[in-house]
Amino acid sequence: MTLLEEKQLIPTEETKHATTEHHEPSGLIKWLTSTDHKVIGKSYMFTALILMIIGGAMALIMRLQLTSQHSSLLSFQQYNELFTMHGSIMIYLFVGPFAFGGLANYVVPLQIGAPDMAFPRLNALSYWLYLGGSIIMLLGFFTASGAADFGWVAYAPLSSAVNSPGAGPDAWIAALVLTGFSAIFTGVNLVTTIFYLRAPGMTMFRMPIFVWNMLVTAILILMAFPVLTSALIMLYADRHFGMDIFSVKGGGVPVLWQNLFWFWGHPEVYILALPFFGVVTEIIPVFSKKPIFGYKGMVFATLAIAALSTGVWGHHMFTTGVVLLPFFSLLSLLIAVPTGIKFFNWIATMWRGQITFTTPMLMCIGFLITFLIGGLTGMFLASPPVDFQMHDTYFVVAHFHSVIFALVLAAVGALYYWWPKMFGWYLNDKIGKVQFWLLFIGVNATVVPWYILGLHGMPRRVAVYKVGMGWHALNIAATVGADITGLSFLVFLLNIYLSWDKKVPAPSNPWDGTTLEWFTSSPPPTHNFTRIPPIRSERPVWDFNHPDAIAISAHSQKAPLINGAPPGNGRATNGNAREATISGSANSGTTETVESD
Amino acid sequence: MKVEGVVLIGIGLFMAVVSVGYWFWSGEPSGTAMLIGAVLLGLLPGGYYYWWAKRMKPRPEDRPDSTIREGAGVIGSFPHGSIWPLVFGAGAFLFGLALAFGWWFLPPALGLMLVAATGVTTQSRRGGTI
Repeated sequence: MTLLEEKQLIPTEETKHATTEHHEPSGLIKWLTSTDHKVIGKSYMFTALILMIIGGAMALIMRLQLTSQHSSLLSFQQYNELFTMHGSIMIYLFVGPFAFGGLANYVVPLQIGAPDMAFPRLNALSYWLYLGGSIIMLLGFFTASGAADFGWVAYAPLSSAVNSPGAGPDAWIAALVLTGFSAIFTGVNLVTTIFYLRAPGMTMFRMPIFVWNMLVTAILILMAFPVLTSALIMLYADRHFGMDIFSVKGGGVPVLWQNLFWFWGHPEVYILALPFFGVVTEIIPVFSKKPIFGYKGMVFATLAIAALSTGVWGHHMFTTGVVLLPFFSLLSLLIAVPTGIKFFNWIATMWRGQITFTTPMLMCIGFLITFLIGGLTGMFLASPPVDFQMHDTYFVVAHFHSVIFALVLAAVGALYYWWPKMFGWYLNDKIGKVQFWLLFIGVNATVVPWYILGLHGMPRRVAVYKVGMGWHALNIAATVGADITGLSFLVFLLNIYLSWDKKVPAPSNPWDGTTLEWFTSSPPPTHNFTRIPPIRSERPVWDFNHPDAIAISAHSQKAPLINGAPPGNGRATNGNAREATISGSANSGTTETVESD
Repeated sequence: MKVEGVVLIGIGLFMAVVSVGYWFWSGEPSGTAMLIGAVLLGLLPGGYYYWWAKRMKPRPEDRPDSTIREGAGVIGSFPHGSIWPLVFGAGAFLFGLALAFGWWFLPPALGLMLVAATGVTTQSRRGGTI
């Protein structure tokens, strides 16, 4: 039995050769011209984080307005603009692009053993479209009419040229068209990458669950985003060319906008959520020291959530009176089944595991609790009689903020988890735990008062409320919670600065991770891998590092453990700067046979 | 390739059941049209992958027993960098400004996008990287 040492941190002759030969540009030029999925992924993540800070600041201003009953901090118009832009930035520009543009871009090619995304230049274009769209959306604040103020859902006829005149709403539409194309391109790229660039032996049912979730997310993007983009173009045509698609006066149907919007909008919820389900499914097994419980169950649950989510858009429209209540209620309630399977599997993975409570693990446990609250209240709202009472109250606001805050917890966990891989140094775990408790307490202290406010009937999107409704104390509590949440992100920025200031170098596999990204160096070289271990299960790196554990692993017993790349094979094309070969990866290290006995 | 095809076909078939049920239960046209779009999105590429899967040898990534060595050879062209996505993005940004702020942004927007499309197409042929 041979246990191979981790040699990958030491640059071999080949990797030195490979990195010096290409004359890669550095600094600003590198950032502007790079088509490396790692550079683009990081750009996506940091752009999304900056936008989250902007959107979060808007939320804190709104909380300040609602803290006193007749606040004159903001005018009604300003308040409308703020809640519209807060929602738009968080949904369109932060959570989604962070997940499928940032995390997926960075992690998916590494996890499947690919040198890059399938279409590197299209990938770069996605980022530039996203950045351009984000800037245009923010430019709305500098127009004479102010930014868009019709809510992030832009319901017709409020979003018509008569009711919302000016360039601000047009900027909003243009921004979403650009980011919509960006999302579609990323979706195409992800599907193609996952279908065509997997390493040999990485069959579909050996892919990490994160990759499965990103595949399903990408398919959902391809189903949903074209509908949104075309609906926005129709809205623009309505506003400027008098198409009257959404206005009654010209024979149009206003509720058609809601149908089109939510046909995108509900899959979008799962486009946001599934990547973070994947993140949690990666982190929990690693810090529980157990394989994931029910791999195939997780895959089928993901597929079932995706398929069901495309047939539930009408539950956002129960109160319009023109949707088929039982159909949408039934399908919405059915989504609880696969989600429940996922929760069961996550908990069963932790069950009797050797759990280490690092920051990523804590964030995932926080995700489980917060998402459970958000998911269960969603089940209430899937019932039309409850929804008739709760529609457009703070109960709904609290429900979806629970869900999104859970995703934010998972997103921060993902950053702590993959940070050593991305930069080669750790984020401080102690400060991370402080951040976790601030974030976890903060988000729940924000949403729990909202649930009660909703039950007491406080409507959403109001800037002032009457004295004597009993809402004042709860609003103060929510503001305190929001401030704690904001504080947690200041702690995060502080942590990034302090950890950067005194770097603790990370090895290639700091967490004893199981998937391929932990096999290459931290940070990975330009085309990701100089060698790849044999892939005989969904945990190739674990099998490689723990050959003694293979004997008791059910997955690995089926296939014979071999590896067998003879020395010096196939590096013929590695010198060519424009071509990457997988063969280049197998030239060292794996030549020794890993056996189990 | 087979699993890839089956995943997409499965989604397409599920959406077909949903769209038939939705049409006969509600009779609402816009939702049915979009559901049919989802059916096609599953069945068309899924059918294509499945059709090919039946006609080709399984690739190394489709077989559970293949070695890393079997993936040897050129698997694609991956440029290190390219200026053209940025140029195209700048053109698209100006196009967005044209939608919002005035049509005079349109000529430079279309110009940049045309230059970038030409550049990115000829780039691979010339063998340049930037």
